[in-house]
Amino acid sequence: MTIVKREISITVNGLLHAVSVEARMLLSDMLRHELGLTGTHVGCEHGVCGACTILLNGRSARSCLTLAVQADGAEIETVEGQGTAEALGRVQQAFRDHHGLQCGFCTPGFVMTITDILRNHELSGDDEIREALSGNICRCTGYEHIVDAVRALIREKDTRP
Amino acid sequence: MKPAAFDYVRAESVAHAAEVLAGAGGDGKVIAGGQSLMPMVNFRLVKPSVLVDINAIAGLDRVELDGSRLRIGALVRHFTTARDSVIARHAPIVTEAMKHVAHLTVRNRGTFCGSVCHADPAAEMPMMTVLLDGQIHAVSARGPRIVPISEFFAGSLVTSLEPDEVVTAIDLATTPRDTGYGFHEFARRHGDYALAAVAVLMRLEDGKARDIRIAVMGVGEMPSRVPTAEEVIEGNELSEPMIMRAVESLRAAISPNSDLNASADYRRHLAGALAGRAIRDAWSRAREAVLP
Ligand SMILES: Cc1cc2nc3c(=O)[nH]c(=O)nc-3n(C[C@H](O)[C@H](O)[C@H](O)COP(=O)(O)OP(=O)(O)OC[C@H]3O[C@@H](n4cnc5c(N)ncnc54)[C@H](O)[C@@H]3O)c2cc1C
Ligand code: FES
Ligand code: FES
Repeated sequence: MTIVKREISITVNGLLHAVSVEARMLLSDMLRHELGLTGTHVGCEHGVCGACTILLNGRSARSCLTLAVQADGAEIETVEGQGTAEALGRVQQAFRDHHGLQCGFCTPGFVMTITDILRNHELSGDDEIREALSGNICRCTGYEHIVDAVRALIREKDTRP
Repeated sequence: MKPAAFDYVRAESVAHAAEVLAGAGGDGKVIAGGQSLMPMVNFRLVKPSVLVDINAIAGLDRVELDGSRLRIGALVRHFTTARDSVIARHAPIVTEAMKHVAHLTVRNRGTFCGSVCHADPAAEMPMMTVLLDGQIHAVSARGPRIVPISEFFAGSLVTSLEPDEVVTAIDLATTPRDTGYGFHEFARRHGDYALAAVAVLMRLEDGKARDIRIAVMGVGEMPSRVPTAEEVIEGNELSEPMIMRAVESLRAAISPNSDLNASADYRRHLAGALAGRAIRDAWSRAREAVLP
């Protein structure tokens, strides 16, 4: 089979990129290798660990189960769009305040899943928080501090005018 | 870059998708949510020559009530199935079973029809399609056809769908309002594939069980009804000893596999315990439904 490359245009964290990719290139690999956005981590590459979670047109998606060509014309958000080392995003700051990370490998995926939760889901109680986080695996924290961070974020959201 | 090379086509219509599949010589694959296909493509367990993406086809994302049938389009995501008020009203057992399907992010993309086409023996929506006499609407360049679920599953991950066919929708029987339902499953972690699950539907007429349906999954090559267990209950007044008899006949009817997650004996025991709970739930919901 002759491998042809395609031109796609894709908005990542508000910036439009034109990229040339093979059909088989995963969105996770495109973000990391073509755009140099290595904040999106790759763990299992079969949808199980959640490390590669990004937002695709406003909803969380596994970037390892999405082809870059499928994202042609789409809006992608990655952890790089959340904040900077000097000015952390809201979710990042909550992770820092509540010790929600240790090695940090899983963190970008959690941050993006939680961004989806805060925008699109009404959660009440720890059981619902745990269920909503159950697609992201962390091997360090034991999850308690991550749940603390999400609980605080939800409370903050509820009490904001 | 891990998948083997393939061509990719974003289909503009069902006819376009069927045309591309027809030209692929049996090696084309439809991609819907990609939540089961892409893991297999990444590991090169599947090496399609062309992926036909149906995500941009208009009109496939609807849930419709058509007489006594619910029609679920090929782009209805798990996220929607779980929340849809028409499904919750006319087939509440589907809403109940959806609570066990995967995780938030996977549900954003995965589809009802994709799950049925994937035919995992431990997946909830194929089991619902068996329980509710589903019909699969498929289209190819040769024209449309409707496949009853009884002729659809052919084994673990195997269906009778031809490689050039695209599923446009699946329809399910609705359940009358006085139907009681029960669904119980056991999985190691929430959202993981189940070790076993049992679904039960029944109505009560003059105190006697009617229209009982019992389906199991995770304990065979494909989800199935359990007629011998249904026969124990159908037409009778329920009692604890009768439930235990139905449980025993269910255990006798299934032949689960042993694998690294559970032994066959454990699965058989588990399926019986889940059946008991599901029957009791269906019975109590059916009783509430006939209260004046
Ligand atoms: C971490 C994880 C956990 C999961 N847990 C569960 C779970 O607990 N329970 C469960 O049921 N599922 C689970 N799944 C699978 C998930 O539900 C999938 O979404 C579903 O099995 C497939 O749907 P899809 O739309 O993603 O299909 P795809 O992956 O796009 O396709 C699957 C197969 O069906 C074919 N296909 C899809 N749509 C059509 C169509 N319209 N016409 C013809 N062929 C078609 C494809 O060619 C492919 O062979 C899990 C997945 C992941 C990644
Ligand atoms: S790398 Fe995508 S889910 Fe693990
Ligand atoms: S912080 Fe190390 S895996 Fe989660």
